Amino acid sequence: MEGFRVLVVDDETDFLETIVKRLRKRKVDAVGLTSGVEALKYLEKEHFDVVILDVRMPGLDGIETLKEMKKKRPLMEVIMLTGHASVESGMQGMQLGAFDYVIKPADFDELMEKIRQARERKSIHEEKLRRS
Amino acid sequence: MLLPLPVPRGFRMMRMEDRSYRKLHWKIVATTLSFSLVPLFVVGFSIYYQFSVSYKAKVMESLRTLTENRANAVDLFLDERVSQLNTLVYTNSIDQLGDERYLTRVFTLLQMRSKSFVDVGIIDAEGNHVAYVGPYQLKGLNYRNEEWFGETMLRGIYISDVFTGFRKFPHFVIAIMRREGEKTWILRATINTDIFEAMVKAAQIGMKGDAFLMTKDNILQTSPRFGGELLGKVGYPIFPKFQGARVEETELGGEEALYGIVWLKDKQWLLVIKEDPLENLTPILRTRVLVIALVLGGVLVIVMGTLLVSNAVVRQLVKTDREKAVLDAGLVQSSKMAALGKLAAGIAHEVNNPLAVIKEKVGWMKDLLSEEDVGASENFKEFDDAVKKIDYHVERARKVTHRLLGFARRMEPFQEQVTMNRVIEETVDFLKNEAHYRNIEIRTALDPDLPTTTSDSSQLQQVFLNILNNAIDAIGKNGVITVSTGYDARNRELSVSIADDGPGIPSEVLGKVFDPFFTTKDVGKGTGLGLSISYSIIEKLGGTIKVASQVGKGTTFSIHLPLVNHATA
Repeated sequence: MEGFRVLVVDDETDFLETIVKRLRKRKVDAVGLTSGVEALKYLEKEHFDVVILDVRMPGLDGIETLKEMKKKRPLMEVIMLTGHASVESGMQGMQLGAFDYVIKPADFDELMEKIRQARERKSIHEEKLRRS
Repeated sequence: MLLPLPVPRGFRMMRMEDRSYRKLHWKIVATTLSFSLVPLFVVGFSIYYQFSVSYKAKVMESLRTLTENRANAVDLFLDERVSQLNTLVYTNSIDQLGDERYLTRVFTLLQMRSKSFVDVGIIDAEGNHVAYVGPYQLKGLNYRNEEWFGETMLRGIYISDVFTGFRKFPHFVIAIMRREGEKTWILRATINTDIFEAMVKAAQIGMKGDAFLMTKDNILQTSPRFGGELLGKVGYPIFPKFQGARVEETELGGEEALYGIVWLKDKQWLLVIKEDPLENLTPILRTRVLVIALVLGGVLVIVMGTLLVSNAVVRQLVKTDREKAVLDAGLVQSSKMAALGKLAAGIAHEVNNPLAVIKEKVGWMKDLLSEEDVGASENFKEFDDAVKKIDYHVERARKVTHRLLGFARRMEPFQEQVTMNRVIEETVDFLKNEAHYRNIEIRTALDPDLPTTTSDSSQLQQVFLNILNNAIDAIGKNGVITVSTGYDARNRELSVSIADDGPGIPSEVLGKVFDPFFTTKDVGKGTGLGLSISYSIIEKLGGTIKVASQVGKGTTFSIHLPLVNHATA
């Protein structure tokens, strides 16, 4: 589990802070950011394995952010976090290349499991790329 | 205990509107009646009026003919007498006639022609009765001062009014004067009125008809049948002289009747013929009765027809309205569901964010409690317990909001081939243990020929699961649940009915079972979303779900789904 980087993007700072703390507690190198714009800027110079991205945010929303992220870092896996009434947005995110979606309030263990799976898929993809 | 089945909403509405239906009914009746009865009355009245006018004209005409005939007959009678006497006077001299023996011969001749001559006499210029033949001793009487004598001397001919005279029977006198050289003499004959009385009386028609002669001073010259006797005065107005016969229906002497009146030619007498209009106009009365009967019959038929038609129209209207009300109730339910869905989703979303924060914070606290050396703290157990409780209740809240989102979500149902019977069997299998444990038997009566349809099996399963779970909860212990399927080829509809023999649902809450958050279960046991989710799923699949329940007997949910076959290939 250790040794990989996770970026959490959510406008709800209380949620963001806590989830970052809990991830770090589990030896995950986690960074929390409060907006899509900020996250995209941060990604200019930093690399992450998995991004946990809230769908509904002021400014650039989760779906738009996801599109931009996938352009910049196609291999980086994104897990959508939705508190939205419609599961559609989560599904839409998956169509745009997100790894999975989790409905808020998510069970932390479930989220951890998904992060691990996402990271595994990313490693497999990287492996394939390296081999080809 | 047998309670009546709940009354559908539309029905209750109809009862409230009963009065307006009745009002409409009477409005239709009134309009139709006025439009059909008015022409009927007009036609009936005009037929009667036309008939009575023409019939009355006919009656008047025949009365005129009768009056003229009678008058002519009387005139003719008087003419004949006068000309007879004229012939006598101008063919014989006073010397001949002054001889009583000759006069007797002549009188006998006269009587041969007409029995009405009573006597005959010769009077000289001084008024002396010089010769007389007849039943009375009148010879030698002097008439110089009598009115008729003067008149005769003046005019040459005189016809008297009727009088009874000395002889106590009605008669009148015709006197003719002749100037024979220097001698002037008068022949005077008395004539019995019997004959022309008989002529006049022949015109007394019917039970109440009357006919008589009267002078210009309304003195009766013949005896009428009613209201007066010979030489009595009639209470009529004095008639001026007029030409021809006058016929009219009028009131004379206080009696309403048909009168035919004509002046005689030779004598200033009036012939009056009276007819009872009631007798003569009987055909008119009969027509009136007939017309009234026809009109009444027509009215009866029209009223009955109108009532029947209006009743049928209103009944049809009530039926249509009732159907519409049922449809409206369905529409209200689905729009209510849609509105509540939106509301529920909004609330769920707003609650989810703080719940997420709480959950993470609790998770963090748990992490800290497990890792740091707080086990020694005397309140460790309390902290641990509190954190676990918070976690548990956040979980509970999360389940509610997630179900709410599920209720509201607009996810398109899958389009797959569904074998309904298999879906039901799987669902029943899933619940068998639970049911067995509670001694509830789930019977299935599945139509083996049920066609497959295009639908969403997992959503259908959720619906069956919800309803079966409710049925099991409702029964509690010991009971039977019957699940049956069927296919209506005509409407191309699959039907599933799930019936339990539980306590049933009281009619006052039956309308609410599909509402979100409506639950009869204990707090914490049910969210009140199961049936509303089922409702929206079935609706999305294009079907209907209905509930019928009788307290003490059980509840039946019936689901109808259209057969969709476009993806058979």
